[in-house]
Amino acid sequence: MAKFEYAPAPESRAVVDIKSSYGLFIGGEFVDPADGTSFKSINPSNEEVLADIAEARQADIDAAVKAARDAHTRTWAKLSGRDRGKYLFRIARIIQERARELAVLESLDNGKPIRESRDVDIPLVAAHFFYYAGWADKLDYAGFGPDPKPYGVAGQIIPWNFPMLMLAWKIAPALATGNTVVLKPAETTPLTALLFAEICQQADLPPGVVNIVTGAGDTGRLLVEHPGVDKVAFTGSTEVGKAIARSVAGTEKKATLELGGKAANIIFDDAPIDQAIEGIVNGIFFNQGHVCCAGSRLLVQESIYDDVLTSLKRRLGTLRVGDPLDKNTDVGAINSAEQLTRIRELSEVGEAEGAERWSPECELPERGFWFPPTVFTGVSQAHRIAREEIFGPVLSVLTFRTPAEAVEKANNTPYGLSAGVWTDKGSRILWMSQQLRAGVVWANTFNRFDPTSPFGGYKESGYGREGGRHGLQAYLKVDEAA
Amino acid sequence: MTVFEDTRLADAASSEASLRRFLHGLPSVDQVGADARAATLATRSIKTTAKEFAIDLAISMIDLTTLEGQDTPGKVRALCSKAQRPDPTDASVPQVAAICVYPDLVPVAKEALGASGIKVASVATAFPSGRTSLAVKQADTRDAVAAGADEVDMVIDRGAFLSGRYGQVFDEIVAVKEACGRADAVEGQGAHLKVILETGELVTYDNVRRASWLAMLAGADFIKTSTGKVSPAATLPVTLVMLEAVRDFRVATGRQVGVKPAGGIRTSKDAIRYLVLVNETAGEDWLSPDWFRIGASSLLNDLLMQRQKLKTGYYAGPDYFTLD
Repeated sequence: MAKFEYAPAPESRAVVDIKSSYGLFIGGEFVDPADGTSFKSINPSNEEVLADIAEARQADIDAAVKAARDAHTRTWAKLSGRDRGKYLFRIARIIQERARELAVLESLDNGKPIRESRDVDIPLVAAHFFYYAGWADKLDYAGFGPDPKPYGVAGQIIPWNFPMLMLAWKIAPALATGNTVVLKPAETTPLTALLFAEICQQADLPPGVVNIVTGAGDTGRLLVEHPGVDKVAFTGSTEVGKAIARSVAGTEKKATLELGGKAANIIFDDAPIDQAIEGIVNGIFFNQGHVCCAGSRLLVQESIYDDVLTSLKRRLGTLRVGDPLDKNTDVGAINSAEQLTRIRELSEVGEAEGAERWSPECELPERGFWFPPTVFTGVSQAHRIAREEIFGPVLSVLTFRTPAEAVEKANNTPYGLSAGVWTDKGSRILWMSQQLRAGVVWANTFNRFDPTSPFGGYKESGYGREGGRHGLQAYLKVDEAA
Repeated sequence: MTVFEDTRLADAASSEASLRRFLHGLPSVDQVGADARAATLATRSIKTTAKEFAIDLAISMIDLTTLEGQDTPGKVRALCSKAQRPDPTDASVPQVAAICVYPDLVPVAKEALGASGIKVASVATAFPSGRTSLAVKQADTRDAVAAGADEVDMVIDRGAFLSGRYGQVFDEIVAVKEACGRADAVEGQGAHLKVILETGELVTYDNVRRASWLAMLAGADFIKTSTGKVSPAATLPVTLVMLEAVRDFRVATGRQVGVKPAGGIRTSKDAIRYLVLVNETAGEDWLSPDWFRIGASSLLNDLLMQRQKLKTGYYAGPDYFTLD
C-alpha cells in the first residue's frame, strides 16, 4: 500500500521584515527607552533570537500614559464617533491587506501553526476591528443611555497565547468608545503588537491614541499602578489577575479581568461522535492548548467511553506536530521554556497521582520547546490535572453517568470560563447551558469565536465581558446607570 | 466507532423493523461539524514530491466516464484509448482504473481495452433514476455482466429510502448483487458492485450515513456518491461521511468496502483534496484503485496538465492534451 507523505510546505518568511531591535511606541513614534534596557524575543520553535525589545520602566510608562492622556483630551475625545469609526475601519482594512505578514510574524514569535494564525487569529482580528468600528457612531443606541462617556486612558495587558487577537479584543472596543490606550504585550510575543504600531502610523491614527510599551511583569505592574490610568483591562493568569484586583482596590480605577479556565467538554451518548472527536481535538489541541477557554477536562458518558477513547486515539495519530510555518502543521511549539516546564511538571504530577498517560507516536524537533499531544485517562476530580490549568496540549478524561452528574462535575472547579456540550437533543443543550456556570457554553462545537459574541468568566475566570455589545460597557462610564 | 456489536449487525437486516432500528441507531452527523472538518482538510498544502505522488495516484483511480445519450461506439473507443495512454507523449503516465459506460456499450469498451487490465464498469438498474421494477433492474444488470462488465454501478431507489422502506432498498441491492454473479465464475466472484446513493437527493448527512451502512450490509463492494446527473454531485463532506462509514464498517465486520465520489471533480486540486480526505479519515489502506475511485471525465486532462507542469516547470495549453 502506498504511503501518502506530505512534502514540507513552508510558508515564506520573506513577507516579514523583522528589525534587529525595537523601541517603545509612544506618542505615535518609536522611541528608545529612558534607561536603554532591553530583552530578547525568540522563536520558540527553534530558539532563534528574533529581535531586541526595549523594556519599559517607570519613566517610559509615565511618558506613555501622558501621551495617551494628551491624545484623549486634545484629539480623540473631541472626535465624533463617526470619525473614530473611520480610523478603525481603516485599521481593519490594513490588517486585511497585511494579513499574511501578520500571520507569519505571529507564528514566528508565538510558535502557533500558520494554519491557525492565517485562518483563525488574523481574520478574527480584522473582524473585531470592523465590528467595533461599526459601533463607534452608534453608542447612543447601545442601551447605555444617551451619550455614554469613555473613562479616558486604558492600561491594557495581554497574554502570549493569541497576541494579536487579544490586542484586537482590547484596543478595538477601547478606541471605538473614545478611550486612548497604553498596551503592554507579553514579553515572549511582542512582535505583532509592534507591527500593529506601524499599522497605526500607516492609518494616520492621531499620535498617542495607541501606545505600546514592552516588558515583562514589572512593566505591567507599573502600568496597572500608574495613577494616570483610568481603566485596567487584563487577560492572563488568575494569579496575576488577583494581584491586579488588589492593586486597583480602593482606587477610582475600573478593571476587567479575563483569567484562567479549566473547561469541561461534555460528550453525551447521543452525540454526533465523529464531530465530537473533532471538537475534543479542537478544544484542547488548538493552539497547543494555550487557550484560557480550552476544553481541558473531557467528560464522557460512561456508556460510550471506550468508543470515544478508541476514536480519539486514532484521530490523534493523524495530528501533525512540527514546524509552525509548515502549512500542514496541526500542533506547533510551546511558547516558552518556562511554560514547557510547567506543562512537564503538571504532567508528571498526573502520572504520580495515578492517572494513565498516553501520547500518539510523534517525532518532536530537537531544538525549541515541544510537548506531544497528551491524554490522561483514569482521572478523577481530586487529581491536580483535573483542577489546575495546565495551559498546554494535555487532556484529562473523566466520566459521568447522568446529566446531573455531568453538570456537578463540570461546575466543580474554581474557574468558569467556558464549557462544551455534545448531544443531539436540543432540549438538553438548553438545560445544560442554564446549569453550567461558565461564561461561554458551546453546543456541538468548541473554541469558536466571533466579535459579536460576548466572552468572559465566572468565579476565578474573572469579570467583565469582551466582544459584542457587552464589550462596550467595559470602556464606558455606565456602571452607575446600569 | 465500534458501537455495533456483532450480534446487532447480524440481526440488523433480519426484518424491516430491525433494519430501521439499526440505521436510526447509528451516531448522528452534525452538519456544521462535518462541513468544518472537510473544509479544514481542504487547506492541506500538497506540494512537490507529495503532489507528484498524488497526481499519479489520482490518475490511477479514475473511472473515466461517458454517460450521455449521444454516446457512440466511436466515442467509447476513443475514450478507451485515452484510458490506456492518457498522455501519448509520456509513457510514464499510469493507466486509469476503469472505463464507465452504459450497458449497451460494454462490448465495445471490452474489446477496445483488451488485455490492458483496465476494468469496464457499466451503470445499470435503470440508471440514473432507478425508477423501474426490480425485474427490469436485474435484467439490466445481467445484460451488462453478460456483455463483460467487470463492475456494475447500480443506483438505489431513493424514493423507497426517503419514505423509510429500507428493507426494499436492502432487498434490491441483494438482488442486484445476485445478478452480478457470472455463470463462469466461482461463487462470490461476479462483477464488483458499486452502489450509488445519489447523495444529492438524500440531502442530509444522517441519510448519507444510513444509506452507506444499508448498502454495505446488503453486500456493496463500493459505495458511490452520485450519478453525476443530479446537483450537487460529490462533495467533500459527503465523501467524508462515507469514508467514516467504510472505516467503521471494517472495524465492525472486518470487511473493507471501497468509496467512489463521482461528478463535479474537475481539477487536480479537487482530486488531491479527496485523496487527503481518504488519507486522514479512512487511512492509507484505502489509498489504492482497489478501494478508492474517482468518477470523472474532464479531471484527467487537468491532472495531465499539472503533471507536465511539475516535470517541466511550464504549463502547456489545452491543445497539447488529447480531447479523449
